[in-house]
Amino acid sequence: MTAAAHEYTIVALVQDRPGVLNRVSSMFRRRGYNIVSLAVGHSEQLGLSRMTFVVDCDDATIDQVRKQLDKLIEVIEVTDMTGLASVTRELALIKVASSPETRSEIIQLVDIFRANIVDVTIGSVIIEVTGDENKVDSLLTLLETFGIVEIMRTGRIAIPRGMPLI
Amino acid sequence: MKLTGGQIVCEALLQEGVTDIFGLPGGAMLPLYGTLPQYPQINHILVRHEQGAAMAADGYARASGNVGVCWATSGPGATNLVTGLANAMMDSVPLVAITGQVARAGIGKDAFQETDVTGVTLPVTKHNYLVMHASEIAGAIKEAFYIARTGRPGPVLVDIPKDVFTEEADFVYPDSCDLPGYRPAFDPDMKDVESAAVVVNAAKRPVILAGHGVLLSQATQQLKMLAEKAQIPVITTLLGISCFPESHILSMGMPGMHGVAWASYALHEADVILSLGARFDDRVTGDISRFAPDSKKIHFDIDASEIGKTVPTNVGVVGDLKSSIEKLIPLVEQKSHAEWMRRLEGLRDEHPSLKIRNTQKLLPQQILQKISEITNSQAIIVTGVGQHQMWAAQHCTFEEPGTLITSGGLGTMGFEVPAAMGAKVARPDKVVWSIAGDGGFQMTLSELATIAENNIEVKFAIMNNNFLGMVRQWQEFFYESEYTATHYTGNPDFVKLADAYGLTGIRVDNSADVEGAIRQAMNTPGTVIIDFRVEQEENVFPMIPAGQSIYELMEEPTEIEEPA
Repeated sequence: MTAAAHEYTIVALVQDRPGVLNRVSSMFRRRGYNIVSLAVGHSEQLGLSRMTFVVDCDDATIDQVRKQLDKLIEVIEVTDMTGLASVTRELALIKVASSPETRSEIIQLVDIFRANIVDVTIGSVIIEVTGDENKVDSLLTLLETFGIVEIMRTGRIAIPRGMPLI
Repeated sequence: MKLTGGQIVCEALLQEGVTDIFGLPGGAMLPLYGTLPQYPQINHILVRHEQGAAMAADGYARASGNVGVCWATSGPGATNLVTGLANAMMDSVPLVAITGQVARAGIGKDAFQETDVTGVTLPVTKHNYLVMHASEIAGAIKEAFYIARTGRPGPVLVDIPKDVFTEEADFVYPDSCDLPGYRPAFDPDMKDVESAAVVVNAAKRPVILAGHGVLLSQATQQLKMLAEKAQIPVITTLLGISCFPESHILSMGMPGMHGVAWASYALHEADVILSLGARFDDRVTGDISRFAPDSKKIHFDIDASEIGKTVPTNVGVVGDLKSSIEKLIPLVEQKSHAEWMRRLEGLRDEHPSLKIRNTQKLLPQQILQKISEITNSQAIIVTGVGQHQMWAAQHCTFEEPGTLITSGGLGTMGFEVPAAMGAKVARPDKVVWSIAGDGGFQMTLSELATIAENNIEVKFAIMNNNFLGMVRQWQEFFYESEYTATHYTGNPDFVKLADAYGLTGIRVDNSADVEGAIRQAMNTPGTVIIDFRVEQEENVFPMIPAGQSIYELMEEPTEIEEPA
């Protein structure tokens, strides 16, 4: 089969129990699904967490990913956010080499991207940027000329717009 | 009233109606074993190897329809269960395994006999638990049994540290489970059932592919009603065997790698395949991209993830199979499919699979046919994996649900000894025949001691060809008959071995003695081991080489007559 690969965003509501992340990631590994990013955090309900997966695969595979996730006992709900009206964000912390000569240029870029400088030292700055991956990637490209020292990215998180359909 | 963790385990097992447990003690299990004498209602069967405990529990579960229970100590005891758990996982068998773990303070410190058992068993169980407080044992066991037997059944493991067995807590057995992410049994969506009916009613050349799900959901009567009403021939997968009487005119037998040719061709020529509780395993489909290309596939399964997993499906119906078929029956039209039936008759005539060649040599096929005949298809047949398994599937006739117990998905050699033992413990009223290979038998024969000790009556028929027969067959066909590491030249004398365990042994070298030996085994009380010294290089036909399409099957050599 030559179905085209595509990036899918899947959100899973899971019980916040020891080992649940292991169960989920083990399932992905065992069945050979390719996780681009994975972000986990508490949900609005006590004892439940939300995981956002970005998966690179074709249509038939994402159907399996959804079902295999749903099959795990501790997974309560699985939503394919791909194509749904949703807000998706990623946060990145970028440490860039800087000098008195380059600092103002870096600050200009940071302003254009509505990012923040959250730490400054003699030789570097740390930039915090939030947005979709394209925005983060664009900023990274522009910052390369100054010398990127370290990058920390959260991976994508996603939430549907509006009230849930009953 | 406060109970110890060990007592809570036993109380919980009683609440679940457990009467038999297969196990073997060890350091971490000592507190639990210490409480066992307080519970004489629980029959503990002491195995010789934990692998035997898991596989006996598997055979027990398949023969009884109840959850099989086994337990083992921490570390090596628990890891020895793993093959049995994987086997139960692949074949959807309800099992609960309890393992002792090192004391809580030792966890993560590489303590003596410590293994991360929940980690090791994660991919081979339906779910597992590490219970860190005595107060949580009852809930974990309640959930374990509930998860094991509902939905698509499977094995669940509960790991309990040694000091949790001695910790005290109030025993309250919960009435229900709080599992918001688990929705095991449900009726299908009627829209899907209606879509399935439309496709079935439009079919000119339909077949039913019936799998283990029919037996698991006890839908054999519903299957028969459906097949008879719409006149649809029934093909059974290896694990589906016995879900439809093989003497029935619509029974087509087993398809696939070593299935009968007409069943494989029928699948290939069908315009609609109605899969009921089967999962389009690669042994059934052959090359998936060329599998039954002209057919629409309707797939009924309790497990949504099976729909579309290997084969693109036109209609998927997710839900309990019995209720799904019940909802389908009134929607399907009465048909005769006369033309298709004639074609299938033609396929049977053109491809006379399963003829046993006329020879004085001792052939396993004859033996299996004879066992089936003499037991009148009433015995539970348990097999290992390999040639003898395929011959049993081909040459025994199965009429009653649950009369074949075999390791399907995992293909676990050695299953035949402990699983037969477990089956007999579950069903003392049934005659249990274990069809063994000389290879598999030697993997688990340590359980003969368990069988002898507990007076468990199993009739063993070893198809002894001094080879790992199926591997040898592949070497003959695909590796220029280079029989590397498949020839067993040092097999023990199985008759003397039987004697060593205080069991009865019979040796058979000639085909003339087959019937007499089987009858003698049936008439001898206790366990009997028949060592059938069969033709060494007999092959299983038909055969679809791995990766080939099912219409490229190899049939028997045309020369089936052989001078005496």
